[in-house]
This record gives sequence, C-alpha cells and structure tokens, in this order.
Amino acid sequence: MFAYTLRRLLGAIPTILLLITAAFFLMHAAPGGPFTSERKLPPEVLANIQARYGLDQPLWKQLWDYLTNIVLHFDFGPSFKFKDRDVNDIIAQGFPISLTYGTLAFLAASIVGIALGVTAAIRHNSWVDYTAVSLGIAAQALPNFIMGPILILTFTLWLGVLPGGGWNGGQWQYLIMPVIALSTSYMGSIARITRSSMLEVLNSNFIRTARAKGLPVRAVIWRHALKPTMLPVISYLGPVFVYVLTGSVFVDLYFSTGGLGQAYVGSALSRDYAVLLGVTILYGVLTVFVNLITDLAYAWFDPKIRY
Amino acid sequence: MTHMSKPLVAALLAGTMLTSQAFAAGTHPVTGEALADDQTFTYRVLDEHSSLDPQVVEDVTGSEVVRDLFEGLMNQDAEGNLVPGVATGYEASDDKTEYTFTLRDNAKWSNGEPVVAGDFVYAWRRAVNPELSSPYSWFMELMSIENAAEIIAGEMPVEELGVSAPDDQTLVVKLSAPLPYFPQMTTHATTFPAPQKVIEEFGTDWTKPENIVSNGAYVLTEHMPMERSVRERNEMYWDNESTIIDRVEALVINDENVALTRYMAGELDRTEIPAGQFPRLKAEMPEEAVSFPRLCNYYYTFNLSESGPEVFKDVNVRKALALAVDRKIITENILAGGQPQAFTFTPAATAGFEVPEVEMASMTQAERDEMARELLAEAGYGPDNPLKFSMIYNTSDDHKKIAVALSQMWKQKLGVEAELGNMEWKVFLEERGNQNFELARGAWCGDYNEASTFLDLLTSPSGYNDGKYSNARVDALMQEARTASDTGPLYTEVEQILAEEMPVIPIYHYAGVYMLDSDVGNWPVDNVEQNWYSKDLYKIAE
Repeated sequence: MFAYTLRRLLGAIPTILLLITAAFFLMHAAPGGPFTSERKLPPEVLANIQARYGLDQPLWKQLWDYLTNIVLHFDFGPSFKFKDRDVNDIIAQGFPISLTYGTLAFLAASIVGIALGVTAAIRHNSWVDYTAVSLGIAAQALPNFIMGPILILTFTLWLGVLPGGGWNGGQWQYLIMPVIALSTSYMGSIARITRSSMLEVLNSNFIRTARAKGLPVRAVIWRHALKPTMLPVISYLGPVFVYVLTGSVFVDLYFSTGGLGQAYVGSALSRDYAVLLGVTILYGVLTVFVNLITDLAYAWFDPKIRY
Repeated sequence: MTHMSKPLVAALLAGTMLTSQAFAAGTHPVTGEALADDQTFTYRVLDEHSSLDPQVVEDVTGSEVVRDLFEGLMNQDAEGNLVPGVATGYEASDDKTEYTFTLRDNAKWSNGEPVVAGDFVYAWRRAVNPELSSPYSWFMELMSIENAAEIIAGEMPVEELGVSAPDDQTLVVKLSAPLPYFPQMTTHATTFPAPQKVIEEFGTDWTKPENIVSNGAYVLTEHMPMERSVRERNEMYWDNESTIIDRVEALVINDENVALTRYMAGELDRTEIPAGQFPRLKAEMPEEAVSFPRLCNYYYTFNLSESGPEVFKDVNVRKALALAVDRKIITENILAGGQPQAFTFTPAATAGFEVPEVEMASMTQAERDEMARELLAEAGYGPDNPLKFSMIYNTSDDHKKIAVALSQMWKQKLGVEAELGNMEWKVFLEERGNQNFELARGAWCGDYNEASTFLDLLTSPSGYNDGKYSNARVDALMQEARTASDTGPLYTEVEQILAEEMPVIPIYHYAGVYMLDSDVGNWPVDNVEQNWYSKDLYKIAE
C-alpha cells in the first residue's frame, strides 16, 4: 500500500506539470490581457507595467520563471488585478473559507444523503421509501443557483433570522445558507445512489445467509450490508468533494463568502494570469489527492481490492 | 425625519464645515436633527477594490475608500465644488503654469506625525516612477506636470518632476502648459499624499490594516478581501470633531439583486437599483429610491477606420441610424431609472457645459424617423436593398436589452438587418481596440468634471477612440480648449461637428439610481462625479 501511494504521488508530478503548462498557454491564448483596459494605457505606461510583471519576456521564459519561483521559493507571484496582494496571500485567505463551508457541505450531503438512502432501501416500497425518494429527487433538482435566491428570500427577507451573506470569521449564522445551498443537490444524488446500491446488496446471497442464521436486521445492515453498499457511493463522493470546493463559485458570488471560487472566476475574467494559474494548480493538486484517497478507501471497503 | 430639503441641508453643512464647530451630542450641529446612536454607514460594492494605495488605485470602488482614508490638497463639497483639504488654498502665477498651495499646519497622519509638503512631493514622484508602474501614472501627464511624461518614459529621473516643497507648508507645482482645471484634479486619488516611511518599511503590504498609516478622516481597521472592508474614525484627523459617521463598512456583493434583497432586510444603507426596477421601488418607497444625473455617457461607435465597413463612411447612413433610435423607449421602458436621453456626447450635468442646440434633439421621434428613412434612401438602401451590419457589446443583461431594442427599431423603421454579437469583457475590449468590429457599444465616466474628459475621447490621438474618428477641426478645438479661458464656444462647436458627422450614436447619460436609507443624511446627490466623503454624511435617529 505504501509503495502504491508513493508511486501515485510521483506519478502526480508530471500530471501537475502538464496541467500548469496547458493552463499557462490556454490562458495566454485568450484574447485580451490583464492590462487591456477601456482607455488604452499610453505605451510608455504599459511598457513599465509589463516590465514590472515580466510580461515583456517571451512566453517560455515567463513559464520557466514562474515554475522556478514556485519550486525554489514557493512563490506564486503577484496578482495583476489586486495590486496590493500576491497569489499566496489570496489563496491563504480564500482557501480556508472555501474549505470550511465546502467540507461542511460535503459532510451534510454525505451523512443526510446516505441516511436517507439506507432508510429508503430498508423500508423498500413503504411510505418512508416514497418520501425519501421524493425528497432526494426534489433536492437533486435544486441546483445551488436556485437554492441561493430561495434561501435568502426566506431566511433573510421574510423571516429575518439569518444574515444575507458575508463571512464574519465563519460564525455559524453565516455558514448555514452557503452549506445548504451547496449540499442539497449532492445530497439528493447520494441518497439515490445509496438506495439503489443498498437494495442490490440486500438482495444478494450473503445477506440472505446472514438473515437465515438469525442475525437481527440491525446487525445485518450495520455489519454486513453497509460496507459493500458504500463502494459506488465512495466513487461518487471523491469527485463530489472536489466539486464542492471548486464548484462553489456560485455560492461565493451569491453569499459573498470571500471564498476562492470568486477569486478564480474573477481572475479568469480579468486575465489575472498569476491568480488563475495559482488556483488552477491548487485545484489540480487537490483533485489528484482526493482521487488517491478515494482509491485507498476502496481497499478498506472492499477486501477484494489490494494494491 | 426631517422635511428640510437635501440641497438646503447640504448648503448649511458646507457653510459650517469651515468653522469646524463642535456639535452637541445627539443632534446635528447645523440641521438640529437627532442623530442615531450608531453612526455606522454600510454600503454595497460590486467588486473587491483593486488597491488602497492612492498612487496605484484605478477603480471607483477603491477610490471611494481611498478618499476616506487619505486627504488630498483639495476636497469636493456636496455639489462638487472645490473646498480646502490639506491645503487651505492656492495661488496661480499669472501665466497659470505655476501653482503654490499652502498646507494647513495641523494636518496629521494617523500615527500622529504632521502631514508636510514633502509627503506630496514623495507621492507625486512615486506616481510617475516607472518602478511603481502605476496604471494611473498617465493622470500626472494629464495634469501637465512638468517632466511627468519624460519620467514615465524612463528618460529622466523622478527628481526632475515639476513639484517641490520649499518648506513644510508650501507646495509648488510647475506645469508644462497652463491648465484651467488643474486645481480640480487635485481631488483625484493619484495626487493624495503617501507615508514614505511606512511604504519603505512594508513594501506592497503597507496598505494592510495592521500597517497602513493615512491622513484622511478614517483609518482602515479591517479588510477581508472579496467580503468586506471596514474603516473607522481617525482620531488624528485635523477636522475629526466635525466627523459624525464613526464607522463605514463596504460589503462586496456581486449580484445586484442579492444586494437589493439585503438592503430590504436592513443590512445595507445604500445599494444600486437593478435596471427597470426603479419605478416599482419609487412607488413603494418614495423616500428611499433616488435617481440623479451622473457624469457618464452610453453610446455606440461606428468603426470609421480602414478596416471598418464602407457603408459607415457615408454620413447619411450614420445619421439615419442615430435618428431612428427612439431614446425614450430605452430610458423609460428598459432602464426606467431617470436616465436622461442623449443627443450630445457630453452629459448635460457636466460643470460649465452648455448643451448646444443640435437639430436631432428638437425634432419629434416621428420627424426623426421620417428623416432617417429619407437619408437611408439617399444612401441607396431600402426594402429591396437592406442595410446589413454587425454590432457588438460586452456580455450583460442590460447591454443586451438595449442592443436588441436598437436592432428592432432599425429593423422596423428602416428595414436594417443588424446582427448582434456579445462578447466577454476582455475579448470585447481586444476586438474593439483592434478595430475588429462594425458598430460597438461604448461608455465613459468622466475622470474630472469638465467637458474635455468626454470630448477628448473623440480626438485623433485618444487611447479610447476605438472608432478612429478623426477630424482636424475637432482636434484643433480641443487643443485650444486646454488653455482657453472661455471653453464654452469651443465645446459647442465640437458637439455641433459631432452632431453633423455622427461618428458615434449617443444613447443616454447615466443616472445614479440608488436605494438610500432615509436615515442617511447629506448624501451628495448634486455631486455628479459622485465623489462622496463619509465624513460629510450622518445617520439620523429613526
């Protein structure tokens, strides 16, 4: 397992390098640059700015300088748009926010989704099942950009119990709406996958055997059915975790959380190359790690899998 | 709630501002209104500010904060008139190429050190320093400060800039050419003083709340990028006792509808009203929905360069398209926020600008349509041979609505087939800047309150003249206006040439369309540049 993990980590290096290179050239291929503005800057002013940020160098040199700065100094460069801040600064400030409510949303989606799915499967074809399935489908049909306005109108304007946005150091009142908006649709999907997986497992031979030897239902579920049920769920949860962190753009914009998604989209629109690249690398590394953890989790849930 | 009119309040306030008289606790010293216990002003900003460094900041959001944190030589009052800031006044030499500002001796930085003329010299040299590479360094060129252009180009050392401090209370500025509106330009953030020691100690981190030292009525106490920034009363400010608002919070809210909802929930004192919603809000909350003219225009520009279509080289075609635009539908049905229709390039609200008589403005829409049909027929286009072209705008709901309305008006009235194309902002700028278009949207907000900030855009050398309109007479008139004592006739002639040649189609002039809590006192609705200072506001007890 250790050798496998090491191999995977080493294999991640060329992946990340490829990602950086591709992102770098794609970014520069997009029309317009960070200093394209409504009124064209006088040539001498533009020349000073480009010299300061090294944009007057050939592209390969820019990429090389960028990479060496990261490797040698862990410095992702200055932001072109937010001139008082650098990329390390922006990530250090925004990522913990995205991570906090992303993780909470992930936990909420997983725990409630799995519980809903398991309950529905156990009480198959009963009113419990129907209710859980309806709830799951409704949740799945509510993407965060629909949930956002509904939540703000309900809790902020009508009931007046929650602040309509902001972060305020991550106080719980400020977390509730972003977490609900972000988790709802994943919750629905997780419930659906868990339910069908559980139903399949419950119909398999080893469960029948466990029941036949007189084990109580609760023990059958907990000891025998849950682990195999989780396999397809796990393969879904890995990407979901990355999605809730990276795909939280809407939540950032809508609830003004100050998270990284907002900086990411903003940097793409303003051609803030350094920020765009920095966040892309972060998300790339994150994706590689989460995939690795997902694969390792498989081995724990399914003894048949060995690395 | 008072029933005193806002201009009256403003006038009274401006009158006593100079006497800096202390106010009795709980009531406003001039109006006598009961003041709220909590003097916090909270407003929405669209986006995170670009910088809080006065010499670097380039966006409106950032400038608003910088104007509170720092104080320049001169300030503006609620009407946009020049009032003393750090300088108590100035004198100009007879040929208007040398200005001597006298600085007050009680101005202090937030760390207690005195603000001296040297702080301005340092700041102004910094603004043109190629090392800082400020995106607003061109503003110093625009101010005609001696040697600014050469220093920016790296041809001269910064010490050669035409600004000096013979003593701590005197700042002398030498201009390369007389500039009648030079003093007005000292209200711009680029010209604010900078604390040399702090900048040298912390580098680009100097604007962080824990490091920043400023000389304005407020200090930065909190900054959560993309979320909020907080500024609080600066006890060291020379006129601190006249400041009423204790705390100002700027909340970043990208979506204007969310911002409006949060305003309704009482979280904000001010927010912008999304297009089209003003009439409803005005009916529901007449005290809070406000609209007033602003110093911005909105237009479509023809590509008159060589790469532009041949048809637009025909002035009759350009005029026909401009005439057929029913501006009333756009301002009253689409925007519906009190925006004035535009028949000239320069907004009527611009200081000292007399709106010249242009033929189009005095006609009825039916007459305009009739004339448009005739002109287009003269140019050889009609039902059998429809005029075809493409028009571009940057992606936005409001721009789209206007573009669709324009194309429909042209289709119905003139049988013109205009193909719409929307582009993401930077792509749009690139295409328009490279003359890769036929008809393109344009808009501009004045950098200062004088007609040249608009009319300069249509001169040949302008960096914003994307349609490449070029008229030697316009260029000459604008050159003359720089030093003329009476610019009125010059600007009138330029506008008349524009109306005759129609290089752009003026559509409307902007209005500030806000929800403004009725407990906010003295909002400067008459300041068309919307250069507001939190120190001049107050919160009335409800």
